[in-house]
Amino acid sequence: MVKHHLFWPLVMLGALLLFNLLYSPDFFSVQMRAGKLYGSLIDILNFGAPLILVAIGMTLVIATKGIDLSVGSIVAIAGAMACMTLSKGTDQNMLGLVLSAVGIALVLALALGLWNGMLVAAFGIQPIIATLILMVAGRGVAQLITGGQIITVSSSAYKFIGAGSLLTLPFSIFIAGAVLLIAALLTRKTALGLFIESVGCNPEASRLAGIRSRVVMIAVYMFCGLCAGIAGLLLSANVSSADGNNAGLWYELDAILAVVIGGTSLSGGRFYLLGTVVGALIIQTLTTTIYMIGVPPEITLVVKAFVVLLVCLIQSETFRKTLVHRFKTRRYPAEREVKRHA
Amino acid sequence: MKKAGKLGMSLLMATMLLVTSACGSGNGGTNTAGADNAGGTSAPAAASSEPAAAPADKKVTLGFAQVGAESGWRTANTNSIKESAAAAGYDLKFSDAQQKQENQIKAIRSYIQQKVDVIAFSPVVESGWDTVLKEAKDAGIPVILTDRAVDSSDTSLYETFIGSDFVEEGRRAGQWLVDKYKDSAEEINIVELQGTTGSAPAIDRKTGFEEVIKSNANLKVIASQTGDFTRAKGNEVMQSFLKANKKIDVLYAHNDDMALGAIQAIEAAGLKPGEDIIIISVDGVKDGFIAASEGKINFIVECNPLLGPQLMQAVQDVLDGKTIEKRIVTEEGVFTSEQAKAALPDRKY
Repeated sequence: MVKHHLFWPLVMLGALLLFNLLYSPDFFSVQMRAGKLYGSLIDILNFGAPLILVAIGMTLVIATKGIDLSVGSIVAIAGAMACMTLSKGTDQNMLGLVLSAVGIALVLALALGLWNGMLVAAFGIQPIIATLILMVAGRGVAQLITGGQIITVSSSAYKFIGAGSLLTLPFSIFIAGAVLLIAALLTRKTALGLFIESVGCNPEASRLAGIRSRVVMIAVYMFCGLCAGIAGLLLSANVSSADGNNAGLWYELDAILAVVIGGTSLSGGRFYLLGTVVGALIIQTLTTTIYMIGVPPEITLVVKAFVVLLVCLIQSETFRKTLVHRFKTRRYPAEREVKRHA
Repeated sequence: MKKAGKLGMSLLMATMLLVTSACGSGNGGTNTAGADNAGGTSAPAAASSEPAAAPADKKVTLGFAQVGAESGWRTANTNSIKESAAAAGYDLKFSDAQQKQENQIKAIRSYIQQKVDVIAFSPVVESGWDTVLKEAKDAGIPVILTDRAVDSSDTSLYETFIGSDFVEEGRRAGQWLVDKYKDSAEEINIVELQGTTGSAPAIDRKTGFEEVIKSNANLKVIASQTGDFTRAKGNEVMQSFLKANKKIDVLYAHNDDMALGAIQAIEAAGLKPGEDIIIISVDGVKDGFIAASEGKINFIVECNPLLGPQLMQAVQDVLDGKTIEKRIVTEEGVFTSEQAKAALPDRKY
């Protein structure tokens, strides 16, 4: 069981939740309020949904040995585009308008993903550089769309995407769940997952074996863009406004962290979608925990960094082995002498 | 592999070059466009009301280096400066630094070369201005700071600093609360949404607020977290506050956006913002005023971006050789819900 890739991430998530339980026993209480479930756990799922989405897309990109730094910017652009389209309309509650706003934003996100994919797969630019371009330029694009302003919309239909609830649970959870399900089915029930892993191991060998490496790569970046776009809609709908400057700021780092905590290696070739989801939940639980226990804002980042370091160390097999080795070895100088050449 | 690394490196360099050059040219473009614009619109005004104090018959040129266009507040600030420069008959050379210090330094150097009469700017960051300000001083061009200060120890480098007193804003917010609860015997639990950690407005608004509420032992800040001045964070942090604390009476947010995010969190918890939880906020942007007029924000301390007229007055005084105060505080009001409702139609930003 210890060998299972979900073991350590789940242990960490459990430890965080346990800490919360000890700190404030109310943490796990979930009540019904105004027809929906209300409690910290629901919050973690609700606020974690955008991160889960972005991280799922990131997982597949990382599985091809790539990386997508532009997801934060795509989040901002998608939110800005949707809110802009809505604010131009006469009746913001019209379902057609909301759907077209969502549609335009998602098509734009797909196009941005295609741009990344083309740079990486067709022009052979290193992923970190190729996506850096959009990361830097994307915030400018988002600001261009919003005119540098925060755009507020008053559409209850649009707000439903981020803040509405279905069957007493936040709607965003269902969106994240649906995307996860689709991604899991596509990669694990079809050969696509194997293709992605194979391209991640060796694109050239995969091509020679008959896999269209480029198409796979482009598709993966487009999927990542789409996920980021959906996350952008969730985030902007949740507060009914689009902020080109701050929406999704540093999301790429959280997403990469979630992927790594989930057990996916940055060197590609293997990925774990469920691990990523647990990783994203760990990050969101940590954030919520920090707010709940009232860590002073000045040292929040240090606390966060410390916990993340702990998670990463525990995840690292080398570190665990060294630790075990230390405990097991007696420290006779002679013994060390013998060990040296090994 | 090595080759690929080199390619990547050279691409990175090329991108950076492209980005910086694009910024440079973009900046230059807006710069001249802005200047042309200002010249064009202010020409008729200048003909009729040229201030007598201007040396000789030459029109006064004011170089202004703005931070960027990051918020509604900033846009209102820019518009106010452009309008009042036109009204005063000054030739305004305007540049937008896109929130980068190097762009701003570049703009100031170009103003020095163009030998403008006065340079005014809102520093992007506090430090690193000594060299360029020294250059302006050597060229004999007076400098006026607006909105944000510099941390230079040599105050002779600039004439005056026009801007809001953030500590005073915090004090005003606190004072309203103290007055409201002066007869109350029970404990009042306050939660605070701070601005970006380490920023001057966040530090000062917190300090001023705490200073005043100390006078009433019943007023207690039970939780205080940063909301980064954004709606999304304001919402998220308030959700946690609501879950971690049984009884919250008052929310003090360092800007309107965080308050607006928090309002949604409060509504999601089934409470009424403005009634179940009293909300105090700073800034007074349009969306904040709308919320206040609906009774969702109880008290707004204005942080006025319309400092154009005061800036033009200071420019005039400097050119006339009058000694002016080192610190000019912008005129700012406070608004309760009712006042906000009445003032809403006239708000410019």
